[in-house]
Amino acid sequence: MVQTTVNGKAVTLEVDPATPILWVVREQLDMTGTKFGCGIAQCGACTVHLDGTPVRSCSTPISEADGKAITTVEGLAGDDGVLSALQQAWIDVQVPQCGYCQSGQLMSAAALLRDNPQPSDDDIDAAMRGNVCRCGMYNRIRKAIKIAAGTDQADSSAVEGAEA
Amino acid sequence: MSDMTGEPQGTEAPKPEKKKGKWSRRAFIGAGILTGGALVVGVAIRSGKPSERLQKLMASGDNEMLINSFVKIDKDNIVTAVVPHVEMGQGSQTVLAQMLADEMDANWEDVRILEAPGDSAYVSKDIAREYQMPNLKVPEILEPTLDGTLFQIANMMGLQITGGSFSIRGTGQRGMRTAGAAARQMLVAAAAEQWGVPEEQITVDKGIIAHKASGKSAKFGQFAGAAAEQSLPALPKLKTPDQFTLMGKPLQRHDIPAKVDGSAVFGIDAKIPGEKLSYAAVKAPPVVGASITAMDSDAAKAMPGVQQILNMGDFVAVVANGYWQAQQALNTIKLSYSKTDADSLDADAIFARYAKALDEVGDDGGDVETQTGDANASYAKAAKQISAEYRAPFLAHATMEPQNCTAWVKSDGSCDVYAGSQSPLKARKVAADTLGIDLEQVNYTNTYLGGGFGRRAEVDNIVMAVRIAKATGYPVKLIWSREEDTAQDFYRPSATSRFSAGLDDKGKVVSWNNIHTHLFDPQEAPQVPYYDIPNNLVRKVEVPMHLRFGPWRSVDHSQHAFFIESFLDEVASEAGEDSYQMRRKLLAKSPRHLAVLDKVAKMAGWGRTMPKGTGLGIALVPSFGSIVAEVAEVDLTGKKPRVTKVWCCADPGYAMNIDGFVAQMESGIIYGLTATLYGEISLKKGAVQQSNFHDYKMLRMDEAPQIFVEVINGDPERLGGAGEPGLPPLAPAVTNAIFAASGKRIRELPLSKHRIV
Ligand code: FES
Ligand code: FES
Repeated sequence: MVQTTVNGKAVTLEVDPATPILWVVREQLDMTGTKFGCGIAQCGACTVHLDGTPVRSCSTPISEADGKAITTVEGLAGDDGVLSALQQAWIDVQVPQCGYCQSGQLMSAAALLRDNPQPSDDDIDAAMRGNVCRCGMYNRIRKAIKIAAGTDQADSSAVEGAEA
Repeated sequence: MSDMTGEPQGTEAPKPEKKKGKWSRRAFIGAGILTGGALVVGVAIRSGKPSERLQKLMASGDNEMLINSFVKIDKDNIVTAVVPHVEMGQGSQTVLAQMLADEMDANWEDVRILEAPGDSAYVSKDIAREYQMPNLKVPEILEPTLDGTLFQIANMMGLQITGGSFSIRGTGQRGMRTAGAAARQMLVAAAAEQWGVPEEQITVDKGIIAHKASGKSAKFGQFAGAAAEQSLPALPKLKTPDQFTLMGKPLQRHDIPAKVDGSAVFGIDAKIPGEKLSYAAVKAPPVVGASITAMDSDAAKAMPGVQQILNMGDFVAVVANGYWQAQQALNTIKLSYSKTDADSLDADAIFARYAKALDEVGDDGGDVETQTGDANASYAKAAKQISAEYRAPFLAHATMEPQNCTAWVKSDGSCDVYAGSQSPLKARKVAADTLGIDLEQVNYTNTYLGGGFGRRAEVDNIVMAVRIAKATGYPVKLIWSREEDTAQDFYRPSATSRFSAGLDDKGKVVSWNNIHTHLFDPQEAPQVPYYDIPNNLVRKVEVPMHLRFGPWRSVDHSQHAFFIESFLDEVASEAGEDSYQMRRKLLAKSPRHLAVLDKVAKMAGWGRTMPKGTGLGIALVPSFGSIVAEVAEVDLTGKKPRVTKVWCCADPGYAMNIDGFVAQMESGIIYGLTATLYGEISLKKGAVQQSNFHDYKMLRMDEAPQIFVEVINGDPERLGGAGEPGLPPLAPAVTNAIFAASGKRIRELPLSKHRIV
C-alpha cells in the first residue's frame, strides 16, 4: 500500500510498489497528461514533480512517492483552472506541434523557474536538455520560458491572438 | 508523392470537367438545411471514372485525395468547419478553417473546427447521414456523391491520408475555400431577397451581413434557413490575396490549449467509456519476415497481473492489467525464430550490394528518369571532370508517441478501434479486413497524433491490436515499447548515389550524370530541372531489401537533397567558384528559386569573413510545391561540431498561416539536423541494432541552433507544402558549411560516423 498526494489530493494505492509512477498515474488514477516516450529516463516526456523535484516518472517506482507529493501537468493550472504564466506563455508563443512532449517540457520548465526565476540560456539548456521534442520546438520552448520569466517580450508580430 | 501544382485550383464546382492531370475529376457543391435550422454547404470532389489505372495510381501512394469539405452555420451564428484532415501538429486543421472562414467573411471567434471522422462521411451513407454532429442530415443533393464513386473508391483504397503536404494545397484551395465562398454567396442572396436590395450593395464583415443605405444588418444565423432556399452558386468567386482578412495571418492554433494542460487525447490516452482496459506489450522477431518457432513463457505466466500470453506466430503479446506489468512479463519470455534469407545481412553488406548494382548498370543501364541532351558525350569531352559517390543510411521515424492502438472486438462481431492515424480511413478498413467483417461494423475513433512524419500512415499497429482483441474478447490497449518502435519501423530507405559533372573551359557546368539506388520510386526528388544544365542524365536502379520501408518526412528528398546539393558544392569548389554564385548562374531561368536563394544569402550575410574553424554552407531544394533555401553556420572549434545558426527562406506560393508555416520550417530543420548529426539505423545479422534514444539519438535543447525564417509569397495561385520542405536543404547546408570551415567533404551521413573536429 502506498500513500501519496497527487496534485494536492491524498490517495491510497493498492499497487505493486515497483510499478513506475508513470503507469500508476495514467492507469490507476486515469490522468493521462503525463506521457510515455522511452521508459528509460532518456526523453523526459514522463516528467512529474516529486515534492517539487522533477523526476522521470517512467523510472521512479511508486514506492518512492510514499508519503510524498506528486504534481503532474494537470496540477500546473490554479485550482480555479486559470493557466499558470508558463502555460500561458506556451500558448502565446504557440510552442506545441504534436504536443506529445509538452507536458514533460512544462514540468521541467516549471521546476526551473521556481528555483531560478530568471534563468540564463545556459541554465535553460541544463534544465531542459533531458526533454526531447521530436517536433523540434526548442527555440519556442526557450522563448516561452523567457517570456514567463519576464526576460523576453512576446513578439506580437510573430504570433497574434485570435482576432475579435 | 505527386506534386499537385500542375492541377487546377479551387473553383471548378460544379461542372464535370476534363483536366490535363492524371485523371478527370468531378466537383460537386451542395447545400441543405438541418433540423434545428442550420445551413450546411458542402463541396465534394471525386474522380470521374475509377479505372484500373486510377486505382493503381492511388495504391502507389500517389497521395491523391478525395475531398469533402463542409461548413455548417447554426442559428446561433456558430460556423463549424468540418475538416477532412487529422491534426498531427502542423496546424492544418486551423489553416483549413482559416481559409474557409476568410472566404465566408465569418467572425473568427465564432468558428469551430470538427475533424471529419474516418468512419463516417467518407465511407457509409448511413453513418454519413448522422455524421459526427448530432441531428446532421446530409443534404440530399450531396447524397449521390456520398453514395457513389467516392465511397467505392474510398472503400477500396482506404484513402484519406494526411501526408505529402497535401492538406492545404488540395483540400484547402479546392474544398474549403469553395465551400466558404458558396456559403457566403447564398447568405448574401438570402439577405438581398428579404431586404429587397441588390446583392451587390450588401457587405459582409466578421459574420455580419449589412446593407449600408438602408441601415439593415444581421448575423449569419438569421439567414441560415433562407440561404438554403437560394440556388447554388455555379462557380463561387474566390478572393484575391488583397481581399484576404484571415488567410496569411498568424492565427493561433485551435489544438494548442489542450496541449498545455494535459487534456489533449492522443492514441495512447484512449479510453472506452464504461469499460476497464487491459494492456498488451508485444515483441516481433528482430529480423523482419521471420516467425516464432518456440516460446518459453513459464516465468511470465506466473507474474503479477498477467492475463494472457498470445503467440501469434509473427509476434508475441502479453496481456496484463497494466502496461508495465505486461512489458515486465514479456521481457522474461524466451523466443526462437525461423531462419530467413536476411539473417546474415550486416550494415556494410547493404552498401556493398548497392555498389554492385550500380557497377552492373554501367554508364547507360538502369531506368532513365531524366534525359536531356547527351550527358555521357558531353562529360567525355569536358574540360574538367568531377565525380563522387554519396550515401545515406536507413532512418527510423521515432515519433515521440510510440505506436499504439486500442481495440475491442465485441461478442456481436463488431469492433471499436481508437488510434491516432494519418489515414483514419485506411485504419478502419484494415481493421475490418483483418477481422473479416464489414466496414460498418468497425467504429473507428481518431485521436491526436504524437508525431506522424509518415510513420502513422502505416497501419501495422491497428492490425496487431485487432488481432489481439479478437483473441481476448475484452478491450485491450496495445502499447509498443520504444525498443519495439525503433526496431519495427517502416524505415527511410538507405541509398547510394553516384554523380559526375563536366565543366567547359569557362567553368560552366555542361553535363550532369546521376545514377542512384532506390527501394521505391523516388519521383521528382533526384531531378534538377530548375538548374540550367544542358546535358542531363539521371537514372535509378532498384535494389530489394527485406526491411520494411515507407515515407519519412519529405520522403526521397531527404536523401537526394543531400546528394545533389553537396555534389553541386563540390562542382563549385572544383570550378573555383563561390557556391552561392554558381547556384545563381544555374538558376538564371528559375526566377522564383533565385529570389529565395538571394534572400537567404542576404539574411545570412553570405560572403562575410568567418572566424577560423567556422563556416557557412548553402543549399536550395524545391519540394512539395515549396522552394526552400537554407544557410547553416557551423562551429568546429569545440569538442564536437555544432550548428550554431540556420537561416531559412521559403517560397510556398502563399503561406496561409504565417506563424504555423514558420513553425513547420523550424520543425523540419531540427528533424533534419537530428538525422544529419546522429540518424542511422544499421543492421547486424538482419536485425536493427538501435533500440531507444541512447543509441538512436535525438537533438536536444543545448544543441539546437538559432533559426531565422523568412517567407516569400511568390505565387498565391500555387500553394506549396509546409510540413516537409523545410527538411531537405538542411543536411547539405550543414555539410557544405563543414567543408567551408575545414575543407572536409562529407559524403556519407550521419556526421557521427566521421571525425570532424
Ligand atoms: S518516458 Fe520517462 S524519460 Fe522517456
Ligand atoms: S511537440 Fe511533438 S514532440 Fe514536442
